[in-house]
Amino acid sequence: MSTAALKPAPSAADVTRRPSWKIPLVLTALAIVAFVFFGALGSHDTATFGLASGGDFVQLPALVVSGMVAGLVTGFLLLAIAGWSLALARTGSTLPTWAIVLFGVLFVFGFLAWAVSGGSTPNISLTGLLKGSLILSIPLIFGTLSGVLGERSGVVNIAIEGQLLGGAFSAALIGTMTGNAYLGLIAAAVAGALVSMILAVFAIKYLVNQIIVGVVLNVLVSGLTGFLFGQVMVADPEAFNQPPRLETLPIPLLESIPVIGPIFFQQSIIGYLLYVVVFAVWFALKNTRWGLRTRAVGEHPKAADTLGVKVNALRFWNVTLGGAIAGIGGAFFTLVSVEMFTKDMSGGRGFIALAALILGRWNPIGAALAALLFGFADNLASVLSIVGTPVPSQFLEMLPYIVTILAVAGLVGRSRGPAASGEPYVKE
Amino acid sequence: MSAQDQMIHREKSLLQRIAGGSWLVSVLAILVSLIVGGILIAVTNEDFQEAATYFFARPGTALGAGWTAATEAYLALFQGAIVSPDSGFLPLTETLTNATPLIMAGLGVALAFRAGMFNIGAQGQITVGAIFGAYAGFAWHLPLGLHLLVVILMSVLGGALWGGIVGWLKATTGAHEVILTIMLNYVAIKLLDWILNTPAFLRPGETNPISPIVDKSADYPVIIPGTRLHLGFIVAILLVLLVWWILNRSTLGFTLRAVGENPAAAATAGMSVKRATFLAMAIAGGLGGFAASAQISGTEHVLANGAAGSIGFDAITVALLGRSTPWGTFFAGLLFGAFRAGATNMQISTGTPIDIVLVVQSLIVLFIAAPPLVRTMFGLNRLAKGPKPKAPKPTTHVAEVPAAPATVGAHAAKGAGTVPDAADAPTAVDSPSAVDAGPSTAKHAADPEPPTPPGEAGPTAPETTEGGSK
Repeated sequence: MSTAALKPAPSAADVTRRPSWKIPLVLTALAIVAFVFFGALGSHDTATFGLASGGDFVQLPALVVSGMVAGLVTGFLLLAIAGWSLALARTGSTLPTWAIVLFGVLFVFGFLAWAVSGGSTPNISLTGLLKGSLILSIPLIFGTLSGVLGERSGVVNIAIEGQLLGGAFSAALIGTMTGNAYLGLIAAAVAGALVSMILAVFAIKYLVNQIIVGVVLNVLVSGLTGFLFGQVMVADPEAFNQPPRLETLPIPLLESIPVIGPIFFQQSIIGYLLYVVVFAVWFALKNTRWGLRTRAVGEHPKAADTLGVKVNALRFWNVTLGGAIAGIGGAFFTLVSVEMFTKDMSGGRGFIALAALILGRWNPIGAALAALLFGFADNLASVLSIVGTPVPSQFLEMLPYIVTILAVAGLVGRSRGPAASGEPYVKE
Repeated sequence: MSAQDQMIHREKSLLQRIAGGSWLVSVLAILVSLIVGGILIAVTNEDFQEAATYFFARPGTALGAGWTAATEAYLALFQGAIVSPDSGFLPLTETLTNATPLIMAGLGVALAFRAGMFNIGAQGQITVGAIFGAYAGFAWHLPLGLHLLVVILMSVLGGALWGGIVGWLKATTGAHEVILTIMLNYVAIKLLDWILNTPAFLRPGETNPISPIVDKSADYPVIIPGTRLHLGFIVAILLVLLVWWILNRSTLGFTLRAVGENPAAAATAGMSVKRATFLAMAIAGGLGGFAASAQISGTEHVLANGAAGSIGFDAITVALLGRSTPWGTFFAGLLFGAFRAGATNMQISTGTPIDIVLVVQSLIVLFIAAPPLVRTMFGLNRLAKGPKPKAPKPTTHVAEVPAAPATVGAHAAKGAGTVPDAADAPTAVDSPSAVDAGPSTAKHAADPEPPTPPGEAGPTAPETTEGGSK
């Protein structure tokens, strides 16, 4: 899979100067891969996708498809979209976004049908797969929003990992000590904000390179939480490391809608906060005075300063707010996922959130969708390893990273960050 | 692109700023970090916490308990790193052994840094280097001497390949190396996980993912019998000299530094920025490969998951602490090697978690990166500003964050004040004035104000208006 995905790179590099051909060529290559491997060389066995879950209004029947037929049909549709994009490219126009999304969905479905039908137990719950994907994405989305707030106002936030980890630790510690998960949640936000404040002070006041501060902060938080974990938590877990769980709060009626209900409306408070925060950040960045100023400060601080915006103060508070949001994401690890803190439990998700930020092109909604994609790939790898597929699970786990590499290498379209991101502003 | 110029640019100005009190600030930074670490050890100590319940009645008991805990931990750290009554100077050889891969990988990060790139990918480069090197070590049976050379060569090849991918992608597509290296780290870890389960790598009769032991002929010979100190340490010293030579005496190094300082100016001067980008990352990766060989042929002798340990990440802090100069990296590597060796002993004899070392290390780098903070802490500001008041004196250095003008003044004063002392700095050999002055004035030519001497211009420059794209 990895080599297949990497192959288009040279051709893409050659056509960098003619960006209109890049996407059609990649789509064509992917469509051929799908047609040949998922269709022509696919398995004759069937794949079963379960859609129903316990409390639904209507029990939807499971979807049963033959691996080969599904592969051929999706492959054919993919080739059609690719052909269309080639035709459009000749006239100089590009595919509408919905067609690219459709392409992605079809490709994933073809891959799923191929992978599941070739497995030893060709039966997965589609609802469960999607629900698990969203759950795995939750810390990623909170983290990526922290990145959005930082970078849109001109501060590179590599410390997302540290913010997540700090949040997870404080949530566990304060949650256990007070016996109240909601106080733990607040403590997580405070911890994330504190990590951010260090980043902001060093980056804005002392003009230390922001990437350096971010990297060092990650080490600092890892060391600090690891030390306190070993010194305090391990000795007496009952007093310090058994936080209460944030219970699931299903929304009546909505939770009974087939497929959608179990995925979106059986979440903990953190899950619902996620919907609110994503919308709020997107809306505020786009439509409010604060949002306009934030974007101005990230693109052209001098101009913003001339118009009376306090550049560094705005940056400071935006980065801090981002840290608080990432901290809440970190609380998910210890208050929802598993009810205890373990060393380095954020496991590099802060860096994935950073990648999602770039893949989503610094847009809150785009970044959240990219984070969902990573969550999906992550969950897919674990689900498929249970099903037993022909592809080694390690390659599936590699997929998000390779997608990110292809994305930043410009295959999915040129990504351009806020102009002043990473550059401190010093008033003359 | 311009984010990196900025980084290197500011790195330079930072270097100039702290040049005068360089040693002092570094020593104070280490001291403060150790004190913070000591306080952490003290307040989390059980005796201290017990005594703290009646702190106001008898503060001496609590403070005494904390003091004992901290000093005992640090004594154990010292005994594990330098010399102890039981084993003499054996711990020192452990320090050097631990420092070996750190120095090698740190050089890779430092070299990329000088070429204007932030190489977070040492972890991946070491991992892939270890895969290549270990395979040569256990699958090929070659005569003594030749075998070790082949293993080193393969390790370097693997690392250079992994670093080269980054350089090539950055050169051809402009992708940001920070993201590329982070992603390739993960790809490398998954690759290792997968490859260890293939028949070619899995040790016969073993279900855990671990490779066969590499041949004895593939090992670095031990220098001092009875210790783990191996020839790799000498190789590390040679690499320091090599990287110093590359950076300061070779055309390639000049190109790398010029590109790192200002790619636009370098391109105007006829240098190939793409070639330099690729070469810098490939060489950096190759240095990571050396670190991999130190792991495979020096200490581990097998390939297993986590072959790179945390060396790749420690290497970043090592390079930062060494201010991206070869000798600076060498000494920073020794210091961190000592921390690693000492921390193990500290954990065993006093039960202090090894992670305290991470805290101390990261604090050191943070403090060294922000000399004004350290100066403020020790009241050095007035001392430093006293003799050469070139810029108007700001009232206080710790102004509120938004109060930018005051800090600018402070930085300018510091820059102007410390430049004449730069020759005293241990790193002076690494900042030849040709590259320093050229690009930075070229950069400022774009600014409305006339070019100023680099010492003064550096700190006030960061908000250059050119559009930065990632």
